[in-house]
Amino acid sequence: MNRSATRAPYFEASIPMTDSVRAPATAPNEPVDANAPVDLPNRIDIRDLDIYYGDFKAVEGVSMTINPRSVTALIGPSGCGKSTFLRSMNRMHEVIRGAYVDGEVIINGRNLYGPGVDPVAVRRKVGMVFQRPNPFPTMSIADNVLAGKKLNSKRMSKSVAAELVETSLRGANLWNEVKDRLDGPGSGLSGGQQQRLCIARAIAVEPDVLLMDEPCSALDPISTLAIEELMLELKNSYNIVIVTHNMQQAARVSDRTGFFNIEGTGKPGRLIEMDATEKIFSNPTEQQTQDYVTGRFG
Amino acid sequence: MSLTDIPPRPLESDERSNSDDAITSGSLAGAPMLGIFAGAVVIGALSWLPFGGVNWARWVIVTLLAYVIGTLIISRVVESPRQATDRFATAVMSSAFLLVMLPLVSVVWTVVERGANRFDWTFYSETMRGVIGEGGGGYHAIVGTLIVTSLTALFAIPFGLFTAIYLVEYANGSRFSKAVTALVDVMTGIPSIVAGLFAYALFVLIDGPGHRSGLAGAVALTLLMTPVVVRTSEEMLRLVPNELREASFALGVPRWRTITKVVLPTAIAGILTGIVLAVARVIGETAPLLVTVGITANLNKNPLSGRMATLPVFSYNSYKFPTLPPEASIDRAWTAALTLVLIVMVLFVTARILSSILKPKGLR
Amino acid sequence: MTILDNSPPGDTDASSIDEPVGKAGDKIFFGLSFGAAALILVTLAAVAIFLFLEGLPIFTSDTAELDGDGSFVSYVGPLVFGTIYISVIALVLATPVAIAVALYVSHYAPRKLAQSLGSFIDLLAAIPSVVYGLWGITVLAPVMARSVFPWLRENLGFIPLFGSDVPIAQSGRSTLTVGVVLAVMILPIITAISREVFIQTPRLHEEASIALGATRWEMIRQAVIPYGRSGVISGAMLGLGRALGETMAVAIILSPAKGYFWDVLTAQNSNSIAANIALQFPESSGLEVNRLIATGLVLFVITFGVNAIARRIANAGFSGADG
Ligand SMILES: Nc1ncnc2c1ncn2[C@@H]1O[C@H](COP(=O)(O)OP(=O)(O)OP(=O)(O)O)[C@@H](O)[C@H]1O
Ligand SMILES: [Mg+2]
Repeated sequence: MNRSATRAPYFEASIPMTDSVRAPATAPNEPVDANAPVDLPNRIDIRDLDIYYGDFKAVEGVSMTINPRSVTALIGPSGCGKSTFLRSMNRMHEVIRGAYVDGEVIINGRNLYGPGVDPVAVRRKVGMVFQRPNPFPTMSIADNVLAGKKLNSKRMSKSVAAELVETSLRGANLWNEVKDRLDGPGSGLSGGQQQRLCIARAIAVEPDVLLMDEPCSALDPISTLAIEELMLELKNSYNIVIVTHNMQQAARVSDRTGFFNIEGTGKPGRLIEMDATEKIFSNPTEQQTQDYVTGRFG
Repeated sequence: MSLTDIPPRPLESDERSNSDDAITSGSLAGAPMLGIFAGAVVIGALSWLPFGGVNWARWVIVTLLAYVIGTLIISRVVESPRQATDRFATAVMSSAFLLVMLPLVSVVWTVVERGANRFDWTFYSETMRGVIGEGGGGYHAIVGTLIVTSLTALFAIPFGLFTAIYLVEYANGSRFSKAVTALVDVMTGIPSIVAGLFAYALFVLIDGPGHRSGLAGAVALTLLMTPVVVRTSEEMLRLVPNELREASFALGVPRWRTITKVVLPTAIAGILTGIVLAVARVIGETAPLLVTVGITANLNKNPLSGRMATLPVFSYNSYKFPTLPPEASIDRAWTAALTLVLIVMVLFVTARILSSILKPKGLR
Repeated sequence: MTILDNSPPGDTDASSIDEPVGKAGDKIFFGLSFGAAALILVTLAAVAIFLFLEGLPIFTSDTAELDGDGSFVSYVGPLVFGTIYISVIALVLATPVAIAVALYVSHYAPRKLAQSLGSFIDLLAAIPSVVYGLWGITVLAPVMARSVFPWLRENLGFIPLFGSDVPIAQSGRSTLTVGVVLAVMILPIITAISREVFIQTPRLHEEASIALGATRWEMIRQAVIPYGRSGVISGAMLGLGRALGETMAVAIILSPAKGYFWDVLTAQNSNSIAANIALQFPESSGLEVNRLIATGLVLFVITFGVNAIARRIANAGFSGADG
């Protein structure tokens, strides 16, 4: 993986938002034009998705395309349904009592909500990292990484397991910090390390898509930087979707950005606009987006 | 533990400055209160000294009375009325606590003292077969208690644990799950003798009137133990953060493996503690066994048929219907009671150790 | 399925999203859980039905073979009275002390001590009732007969509870002694529940009171007791439920007689339902057994009512706690 090529413009983040918002310094290696839908494996097409909590419609009428080998950021005010939408992409939404989804999420030509689709299998293809790091408290660091495989009673030889632990931890940039205490408890790590452990745990299952819900919001700037760098590396292998409240972060790491908004409490959230990150932050089509990214939201 | 020297919690750190007019008016804190208590102890001693031998009960009760009244009067004189009421309340609370210690210490002391008479090898190795008068033991009752309690645990633990898993992991607020919750409450309140009658009635239907067996006893005790297991397990499962379940689901782990590999291991300390305490509760149950298992002088290892001796019933029976000379019988009753108390204590300590060993370190 | 060349290495089993994962295990596990929950319903229905079926003959058969007049109501009446009378005495004795002890543990004792006191009280709740029974008749009854009964009869004899033509029980095996023993037995339950709610008093209320210059006792009266009231009441009701069903202590200590007796100091006492069953059952046969089972059903109904009231109070009290 080429680190230097994907270095984020971290220190430029302090420039005032209005004109600082700019395209990520990294030119996305592929696809070249972030806007053009690419017919690559693992492209996600969402068609007319309505998401409900019981009687309450939380998200309405979302259609979008998410390109593979890229980072897609979802931004928007609190409560507009970003997390809800994200969770509907690996069928985690329906874990909540009374929650259901109407519409289509198509990956590789298969509708995740089509008949005969097993949600458990979907979640192996579409991994997820949560806002708060949540390593399993009863397991060691190594076991946490292997959790996805082990909990599915996959029998693995010791050497295969050790190799998977190492590649996953290396993939999450955590290997050097924990290689001497793989048998220690996962909860003994710092918050940032725990979050990277959770990322290692997610990629150990070898998903095609990685969903991240505010993965840095509980972390300090250094850990945040580490994870942002990680995302830029991971996008070479995975299709990454990230929810964030940090617009500099969205600007730094993402290729495309979707803006969600909500008209008022009790109303469903909607996708207002989705475009290349550069465009969203410099010259969005919608006034609402402009107001939000320039901080004139209210 | 000193009654008067209770370190103030941070919250009340300013209470001592709390007199009506000045913040430095006369204060009884510290040594003076100790003095009042010491005086009360002397007054308490005077209540039995003139009559000879130590009367502990009278000593404690008179001391506490003198302490409470003395505190009220002296604080009223030296400090303010408000302060006096506060000190009086404090004295009443701590006295109530010591007062409760009185019967409880007495119970434990009596059991140990009387139980010691037959706390010998014979008691733990012989049955009552052919024994009239002295000698004999409770071996058959210990074996019976172990068999009945093990059977009970065998029924009640899976029954209770799976019910708790249903309520926490699967129930969706349906009528059915609400009914189960309500009925677990009802079950918690079933009087033990009624549980015994139910098991008897059940086995009478199968086997005809007069049925007695260890199995019937275990069924009765299962009725009593299950709701306790459900309640504690349910509570512990609810303490497992939802994030862990979601993390597991998000890895594509099916629900049942999430429960067995993530949720249960996280909650296991609390669940095992609860189960051990539930066993401690049913192991001393007497009434349901009296009507379902009965009592016998012989060793019966077959729970499927025939009367069986159990420790609590053996104790009760030896006391209530002593053979001649009655002392021998009554001594056996006390030693059986002592054995029961010891088992309960061991179970309690086990529960403590289990919960500290198994508790996952990183759980918030 | 993962076509991208630089995907992480590992085993390459390319499963598709509609290959069911762990479906059978999920079905079995759900079946077991649901089955256990359903079995709770079945069990309780069975308890009610069996007790009813086995108690029914007392109303349908010829009761001539039974002693006395054989009417079930006149048989169970004094037992119901005795059950409630003894339990209420225990409750009245235990509740104030339990509240004081709970307050001591929650608001007076130092933190570290409070924890061990808490588990000590829990341990007391687990001491078998047969042990309390033996203690009651061996230790407490003689003390009561020697020093408490005569004093009560002399000084408070004008109250019907302590005065009647019947002499005081020299053995001490009377209603009052049993009431004291039951009070000791239910005290840990009431204490445990009260302590629980007292500890949960919102810190904010307590601090508001303290900040106004209240003493500790004033703070307890203003903040803790109002907050914990419903919890204490429901704890007391649960204690009452326990006392109503308590069998062995009563069976061992009380010297029972047939009828209604108010005087708590004599050797003539109304027995409780549970103790009566324990005493009569081993010797009973035929219709007598049915009659005892019918009284058991009555006891079940009474405790059910008391527990239902306790739960109603508790639920009304903590609307914030999740069910
Ligand atoms: N479990 C739930 N049950 C019912 N409603 C929910 C639930 N979770 C979220 N909601 C509602 O759905 C809407 C969207 O919530 P969501 O968590 O997706 O917002 P969000 O955009 O992620 O906000 P934030 O930026 O604060 O994380 C909100 O109105 C919220 O109240
Ligand atoms: Mg969110």
